[in-house]
Amino acid sequence: MAFSFLRSKLLSEDSIFRREGKTGSAARMALVAVAMFGFGFLLVPIYDVMCKAIGINGKTDPNPYKVVEAKVDTSRKIKIQFIATNNAAMSWEFGPTVKEIEVHPGEVGSLSFYARNPTGKRMTAQAIPSVTPFKGTDFLHKTECFCFTTQTLDAGEEIDMPLKIIIDQDLPKYIKKLTLSYTLFDVTDM
Amino acid sequence: MSAMTDTGHADAHHGPAKGLMRWVLTTNHKDIGSMYLWFSFFMFLAGGFMAMVIRAELFEPGMQIVEPEFYNQMLTMHGLIMVFGAVMPAFTGLANWMIPMMVGAPDMALPRMNNWSFWILPFAFALMMSTLFMEGGGPNFGWTAYAPLSTDYGPKSTTFFIFAIHMMGISSIMGAINIIATILNLRAPGMTLMKMPLFVWTWLITAYLLIAVMPVLAGAVTMMLMDIHFGTSFFNAGGGGDPVLYQHVFWFFGHPEVYIMILPAFGIVSAIIPAFARKPLFGYTSMVYATASIAFLSFIVWAHHMFTVGIPVTGELFFMYATMLIAVPTGVKVFNWITTMFRGAMTFETPMLFSLAFVVLFTLGGFSGLMLAIAPADFQYHDTYFVVAHFHYVLVSGAVFAIIAGVYYWLPKWTGHMYDETLAKTHFWLSFIGMNLTFFPMHFLGLAGMPRRIPDYALQFTDFNMIASAGGFLFGTTQLLFLFVVIKCVICGKKAAAKPWEGADGLEWSVPSPAPYHTFSTPPDVK
Repeated sequence: MAFSFLRSKLLSEDSIFRREGKTGSAARMALVAVAMFGFGFLLVPIYDVMCKAIGINGKTDPNPYKVVEAKVDTSRKIKIQFIATNNAAMSWEFGPTVKEIEVHPGEVGSLSFYARNPTGKRMTAQAIPSVTPFKGTDFLHKTECFCFTTQTLDAGEEIDMPLKIIIDQDLPKYIKKLTLSYTLFDVTDM
Repeated sequence: MSAMTDTGHADAHHGPAKGLMRWVLTTNHKDIGSMYLWFSFFMFLAGGFMAMVIRAELFEPGMQIVEPEFYNQMLTMHGLIMVFGAVMPAFTGLANWMIPMMVGAPDMALPRMNNWSFWILPFAFALMMSTLFMEGGGPNFGWTAYAPLSTDYGPKSTTFFIFAIHMMGISSIMGAINIIATILNLRAPGMTLMKMPLFVWTWLITAYLLIAVMPVLAGAVTMMLMDIHFGTSFFNAGGGGDPVLYQHVFWFFGHPEVYIMILPAFGIVSAIIPAFARKPLFGYTSMVYATASIAFLSFIVWAHHMFTVGIPVTGELFFMYATMLIAVPTGVKVFNWITTMFRGAMTFETPMLFSLAFVVLFTLGGFSGLMLAIAPADFQYHDTYFVVAHFHYVLVSGAVFAIIAGVYYWLPKWTGHMYDETLAKTHFWLSFIGMNLTFFPMHFLGLAGMPRRIPDYALQFTDFNMIASAGGFLFGTTQLLFLFVVIKCVICGKKAAAKPWEGADGLEWSVPSPAPYHTFSTPPDVK
C-alpha cells in the first residue's frame, strides 16, 4: 500500500517531479542548496544538544553546582584522579597539587591546581574540563572551579587555584573511579 | 511545416564557432562535456603525479626523496585533486555529453549556467594548486582537513584552500541543478521516468545528493574560515567549541560524497554490461530502487568514519548496522549485473573488460568496507593502510575504471572514430595488473598495522611497499597510454558507425557518429 502510494507520488505523470518548467526546477533546487548551507550551521547547536542529551563528550556543567542536601553516603568511597594537559603551544606550568583524592559521595572534596606563567608577557588561559567514564559525567559536581572563568597571569606570576567537588549520591554503584581532566588553552586576545 | 521550421531556425543549425572563443563562450552541452572530460583527465594526471611522489618516497623506509612537510602536502593535494578535480568533473562531463542525448533533449536545460559551472573549475584548481608555491606551503592536513590541524596548525595558505573549496562547491551545485532541470523538464515525449537509461537515473539521484551535501561542506569550511580569521570557536575547545564537531559536519558531507563518486559509475556499467552481454539489463526497476536506497542510507552512516573518537556504544551499533545495511541494495546491483551476463552472448571489447573488472574489484572494495564497518574491528583498522586499500579499490577500480569504460564505450559517438582495440586492451590489462599490484598489498600492510599518511615506516613493511610502489609506477605510466589511445582515436581512428556496438541500446545510438553539434532539435519519438 504505502509502496504503491510512494510509487504514484514519485513516478506517475502528476508526481512531485511534474514538469514545472526548467527555471522552476532550478529555483527550487537553488533554494534547497541555500537551505542545506544553513543546515550545516544548524548542526552546531544540534551537536551540543545531542551531546548533552546522550551524555557523551565528558563535558561537565559550566556553572557552579548548588548543593541540595548534605547527606553523605559513607558506605562507599570514590577515587577521583586528576589530569592536567597543556594544549599545544601553551607554555604555562599547570597541574594538580595532588594526583588523586578519595571522597564519599555527598562529601566535599577540596584541592587546588597550580599554575605559573613563565613567559615574559601577560597571558589569559581557559581550562576545559572533561570527565571519564562518560557515564559518570553528570554525577561529578563542581561547586568551585577555576574553569568557570578565564585566568589571567602577569609575566612570571603563579597562582593556586582552588577546586571543590561533590560526587552525587546517585552515582551508579559500578563506577568506583572518576578521572577529571583539564586541558589548558591559551586564550590571550580572544 | 518541417520546411518552415528549417528556414525559421536556420541559425540553429550552424556548426561550432571558430577559434579559442568557441570554448570560452560555448553553451553547447557537447563542447562543455568535452571540456569537463579533458579537464578531469589533466587533473587525473596531476593528482597521479603526486601519487607517484608518494609511492617513490614509500619505496624504501626512511626519508628518501622529499621532506615530511612536502609529503603531507602531496598526499593532501592528491586526495583533493582526485576527488574534486578528476572523478567528479569526469562524471559531470559524461553527464553533459550523454544525458541530453539519452533523454532526447536538444541541450542542457540551462546552457549559460552550464558554461559558468565549467569555467569556475580551472580557476578553483589554479587557486588551490598555487598554494603549493606560497610561503609555508599548501594544505598539509589530508583532504579531510580535520580541525584543529587545519585551523590552529594549518599553513597560511589554508584561506586559499577554503576559497578554492567554495568555488568547487558552487561549480558542482550549479552542475547538479542543471542536470536535475534537464532530466525533469527536457525529456522527449514518451520518455517516462521509468524508461530512462540507468545512467540518467543514477545521475538524477547523484545530483540530489550533491545539492544536499555540497552546501554542508561549504558551511564546514566557512566555519573553519571564521575560526581562523574572525575569532569564532566552532572547533576550538578553548572557546567552548569542539573539534569533533568538525568531523561530524565534514562526514555528513563526506559520506554522501562517497556515493556521489560511485552512483554514476553504477549507471555506466549498467549501460555497458547489457550491450556486450546482448541481453537487456536484468531487474531495471530494482536497480532504480537500489540506487535510491543507497542514496538515502548514505545520509545516516557518516559516523562510521569516526568510530574511534569516543561515541557511545549505542551510536557505534547504530552506525555499524546502518552501514552494513548498504550492502543489501549494493548486493542487489551486483546480482543484477551478474544475472544480466548469465547465458548472454558475451564479447569482451575494452569497455566490457573495464566493466567486468569494475564488478569484481568494486565488490572486493565493498567487502573490505564491510570489514571496516564492524565497529570493534575498526578500532584496529582505523587510519591504517587497510583503509587506503579499501577506498582505492572502490575509487580506482570502481569510479575510475567505470569512467574509462564509459569513455571507450562512447568515444565512437563523440569522435566518429573507433579507438585502437589492441592498444586499448593493453591499456586495460596493464591498468588491471598495476592497480592490483599497487593496492592489494596495502590490505596486508594495514592489517599488520602500518599507519596511513606517514612518510616513513618500520622495516618489516618494506617488501609490500616496494610491490605497491612498482605497481603504482606501472599504473601511472599506463594512463599515458590511455592518453595516446584517445588522441590516436580522435586523429586517425577508423570511421565508426552510428551504432558501433551490436548490442547497444538507447537514443544516443540513433544519431550519427560523430554526434552532430546539435541533436534532437525536434524531440525523437520514444515508444
